[in-house]
Amino acid sequence: MLNCRETTRLVSQGLDRRLGFAERVAVRVHLAICKGCARFARQARFLRKAVRELGSS
Amino acid sequence: MKDFRTRLEEERPYLVRYARLQLRDAAAAEDAVQEALLAALAGESGFGGRSNLRTWLTGILKHKIVDAVRRAAREAPLGGEEGDEAFEALFDERGHWREFPSEWTDPDASLSQKQFFAALEQCLERLPSKTARVFLLREHMGFDTDEICKELGITSTHCWVLLYRARMALRECLDMNWFGKK
Repeated sequence: MLNCRETTRLVSQGLDRRLGFAERVAVRVHLAICKGCARFARQARFLRKAVRELGSS
Repeated sequence: MKDFRTRLEEERPYLVRYARLQLRDAAAAEDAVQEALLAALAGESGFGGRSNLRTWLTGILKHKIVDAVRRAAREAPLGGEEGDEAFEALFDERGHWREFPSEWTDPDASLSQKQFFAALEQCLERLPSKTARVFLLREHMGFDTDEICKELGITSTHCWVLLYRARMALRECLDMNWFGKK
C-alpha cells in the first residue's frame, strides 16, 4: 500500500512518463481513498494547464 | 502606421520578462531577446501581419531560449540542487500528509485573470533556478522528459525529482498567494 509521499511522487511522474500497470493500479487505489492526494493530483494537472498558458495573453 | 522596427521595440520589455523567467539570468535573457528581435527583423516577411505580433515574437524567442539553455548546460552541467527537506515536513514519519492540501475552488476561473498569472510568475521566480528551468521546459515548452534530460545532461530520475519539487513548491505557493486569499 502506497503512502502519500510515494503517491504524490508517482502522480507527478505520471505527468512525465507512462507509469507501469502496477503503479497505475496502486495510485488509483490510493487516490480513491485519500482526499489529500486526490487534490494534489488535480492541482498538478491544473498547474500544467496554467503554465502552458503563461505569456500567451 | 508605425514601422516594424518600432513595433518590435515596443515588445522588448515583455519579451525580456518572459525570457528572464525561464533563463534566470538577466544577461542571457537580454541576449536571447536581442537574437529573437534580429531574427524577427530579418524575417519580417514571415510575419506578414498574419498573427498577433507578440505571439509570433514569443514563438521565435522560445527557440532562442532553448538554444541558451543548451549553451548554459554545456558550460555548466546541472548538478544537484538542495534536497527534499522542505517537503519532508509536509508528511509524517509514515509518509502521510500532516495536513491535507486545501481544495482550490474553481481554479479554471483563475485562468482568465491577469493577477493570477502575476501570482504564478512570482511563485515560479521563487523556485531554485535549475528546478524552474526544467519545469518550464517541460510544462511551458512541452518538451519530453527524455529530451530535457539529454539536453541538460541529467538522468531521468533527477529530472522527475526536480519536476516533483517544482509541482510541490508551486502548489504550496499558489495556495498561500492566490487560492488561500480569494
